[in-house]
Amino acid sequence: MERNDFSWMIGGAQGSGVDTSAIIFAKSAAQGGLRVYGNREYYSNIKGEHSYFRVRLSKDQIRSHVDTVDMLATFDDETAVRHAWEVRKDGAIIYDPSLGSNPIENIQTIEANVESRLYSKLDANGLPHTVDGVLEIARRNGVHIYAIPYLELLKKVGEQVGETSLSALTKMTNVMAVAASFALLDYPQDEVINAIRKQFKSKPKAAEMNVAMIAITYDYVREKYNGSFGYKLRTIPTTEKRILLRGSTTIGMAKILSGCRLQTYYPITPASDESEYLEAHENIDLEVMVDNELKSMKGAVTVVQTEDEIAAVTMAIGGALAGSRASTSTSGPGFSLMAEGMGWAGINEVPLVITLYQRGGPSTGLPTRHEQGDLRFALHTGHGDFPRIVLASGDLEEMFFDVTRSFNYAEKYQLPVVHIVDKAMANSDMTYKMFDPSLAKIERGLLIKGAVPGHEDGPFDRFKETATGVSPRPAIGTKGGIYWNTGDEHDEKGHISEDPLNRDMMMEKRMRKLDLAAEEIPLEEKVHFFGPKDAQITLVSWGSTKGAILDAMEALNAEGLSVNFLQIRLVQPFPTDYVKDVLSHAKKVIDVEMNYSGQLGGVIREMTCVPVERYIVKYNGRPMSSEEIYDAVKKIADGSAPNRIVLRNGA
Amino acid sequence: MALKLTDLKSDFHNDWCPGCGDFGILSAVQMALAEMNIDPSRMAVVSGIGCSGKTPHFLNTYGVHTLHGRSLPFATGVKLSNPNLEVIACGGDGDGMGIGAGHFVNSGRRNVDMAYIVYDNGVYGLTKGQASPTLKLGMKTKSLPLPNINQGINPLMLALAAGYTFVARGYAYDVRHLKDLIKKAVQHKGFAFLDVLQPCPTYNDILTKEYWQGEGLLDAAGRPMPRTYKLDITGYDGVVKTDDVGEMEEKIKQAMMKSFEFGDRTPIGVFYQNERIPTYEERLGARMPTYRDNPPGEQEIAGQDGRPLATVQKLLDELRVN
Repeated sequence: MERNDFSWMIGGAQGSGVDTSAIIFAKSAAQGGLRVYGNREYYSNIKGEHSYFRVRLSKDQIRSHVDTVDMLATFDDETAVRHAWEVRKDGAIIYDPSLGSNPIENIQTIEANVESRLYSKLDANGLPHTVDGVLEIARRNGVHIYAIPYLELLKKVGEQVGETSLSALTKMTNVMAVAASFALLDYPQDEVINAIRKQFKSKPKAAEMNVAMIAITYDYVREKYNGSFGYKLRTIPTTEKRILLRGSTTIGMAKILSGCRLQTYYPITPASDESEYLEAHENIDLEVMVDNELKSMKGAVTVVQTEDEIAAVTMAIGGALAGSRASTSTSGPGFSLMAEGMGWAGINEVPLVITLYQRGGPSTGLPTRHEQGDLRFALHTGHGDFPRIVLASGDLEEMFFDVTRSFNYAEKYQLPVVHIVDKAMANSDMTYKMFDPSLAKIERGLLIKGAVPGHEDGPFDRFKETATGVSPRPAIGTKGGIYWNTGDEHDEKGHISEDPLNRDMMMEKRMRKLDLAAEEIPLEEKVHFFGPKDAQITLVSWGSTKGAILDAMEALNAEGLSVNFLQIRLVQPFPTDYVKDVLSHAKKVIDVEMNYSGQLGGVIREMTCVPVERYIVKYNGRPMSSEEIYDAVKKIADGSAPNRIVLRNGA
Repeated sequence: MALKLTDLKSDFHNDWCPGCGDFGILSAVQMALAEMNIDPSRMAVVSGIGCSGKTPHFLNTYGVHTLHGRSLPFATGVKLSNPNLEVIACGGDGDGMGIGAGHFVNSGRRNVDMAYIVYDNGVYGLTKGQASPTLKLGMKTKSLPLPNINQGINPLMLALAAGYTFVARGYAYDVRHLKDLIKKAVQHKGFAFLDVLQPCPTYNDILTKEYWQGEGLLDAAGRPMPRTYKLDITGYDGVVKTDDVGEMEEKIKQAMMKSFEFGDRTPIGVFYQNERIPTYEERLGARMPTYRDNPPGEQEIAGQDGRPLATVQKLLDELRVN
């Protein structure tokens, strides 16, 4: 049987190569023309704690994960006992038979409550508290169990390639689990070998050892389990150029493209990957028009790791004052520290981009897990009233182009922009049709560099009152542009002023810029609307729930329950008229969000006076799956569920 | 064209208390900048919060009056964005060594080529005289209800430990000497720290102008003996002249020992200077060959019609799967 949609999972201790093997799996499949969606779950730990990676494959576009696993690849005992339960009937578990008799109590990294949950299930089935006990339950549920004697096979590889070091051989265990998976799926061996050669292109010896390992694994699986697993995975020829993209890389690359030339950061999960990507690619390629000819030149992005997030935000602001496109990237705790700096950027009308990678809060919260809990905070960071723009991306492609938009908004309206993304997107990998970077356009607003035309001497009215609220902005160093910045209320030159009339004028000037932004920003940058215009159910959400919602929506519409989806991207200034129009005409509105209180639902009510009364929320740190949303929407539609459903799936 | 002192004065009303040491520092800064003839539009003065924080408003250069304790990261951002600018940071001892202590220490690690002037008066003036980080244990200035319960920081020692490559102290009312120190600090290649003894006439009634000028400390003839003395006239030499690590360590030790002298004989002048440590800009330049000639703030990023000059096609191609 061939399947359109296949969900594969691999797990293991952090530091044992789970990430690498999942990427090899994903690339092998993507090379063969399959669409890929992958996401990583891990503890706040360096080595030893359990992590897992889910890769979903399909011939069609997919945008989210599903909870049920079709194949679980394990090479340690913990992954088998933790995740065996998620494997569907007719699915498969690959495991190491030498670990079968391992008692669960010997697995140090399993929490006591997880352990007791396992024991009660095993006791109810009269099975021993071992890996075999758990696998036996899976077997009884119709799951195929495949033993792969890793060590035995690796020794065989060693004999063949002349490698005697056991530690060198066992390094391949994780990739062997990938090879065994593909062999069971009868996927072309060459695709796996190609992906391996690419992955290890700087280590030819390791590449060849892995290639030998793949052949031996395929032979073993064919001989022992020939055709026993019902699913076959086939390549799908395509002429479309595709990339496999990761969230954190996406933003880093887009910052290079968008002209960000100073990035500051303090290490924090899951935001720092982006800054590290930028630092690794700090010398950038430029194509500059010289005498009507496009010439290749080099440029640079300066990345500074600061002593804390206060320094990160204030240094970025300093950089922006001196003419750079500057940004900082952080996550909840760091963003909390940036509140005062953001207010300073607000009152001094500094273009600043903060990329906010949401994770589970409050406080340290769930530092490596997912949440959309910072919407209200991003709307209100800092004391006093000042204008800001809050833009939330819903997937990796939006993230890529929203980076340019964020910098454009920041410079055109001279204010801080919070670009909200999250852990789920940062740590997900997805295939896309090759992006077209030429779609990105840079707009710098009223920035003046070099010299102020017609104004050589004397202070410059940087904060001059204008009809739009936006005034010409000389970069520090501009001839004729001397002005002052201060966190105090100030006059047009930037000098401290407590005069009440000046205060009113300045407050109104600054806030007026939001009206301009609301008017100028096109609707398609503010919202996306999906599905039939009239539907029984209207889902409204923001951020990375987009993928799971779209996947669920397709399934529901295919079944005849008509559903549409309003994705809100620009949260400040809020697209009030449009949202009000859609929601006040909708039959049944459900707000879908990864937080406890339904933050967007509250904002909608505040901005439009349309009450949002039905919620699907989740806050256990694990992203929503399309199945969960599908089930919850159905229950609300048929009236069998209360108006607020809390989703609880995920390991 | 040579700059005149008046070219550097803004017309913004100065509201410091009469007799404030800040006036001495402001004059010295203006004199130093005029003598160095730096184009005011290529210069930024960045301050924190407090009385000293108002300094930029009195100077006719780009002024950045920032947040409490944050002058250094703001200034660092300006300087790294455009290393061709002259950047001077200033602030009080509470701003720099209290709320901004983390930035003070970590700026030493970076060694960005700029100068930092600390108006050191031992009190939080603008909030009406609470004890600040350099006030010594047990001192009771007139605004304190009880004697200071904390020990005082030794700012010079802290700067040396943090890696500042120029460490000096001046006195607000020895304006000529202070002007020379400011010039040296600005001209120093690397991060220069200049601690200035700055009497607060309103709240610090112990470390007053009279105190520093020798009140109550009389020589045999009954004349007051000033409590500050100039390091250079004693033959003290804090400048590191070779790449020898041993020499650097000796000079740091010497400066640290010197920094203990405080009170009746308080040294002013350059305690330590080392231009052999690469600046942060040099370190960046070593990694990014285009950084110095085409720094972030001066880079063109867009061509006609907003076309980005940066191309990421190679980076995208690295991610191709088919």
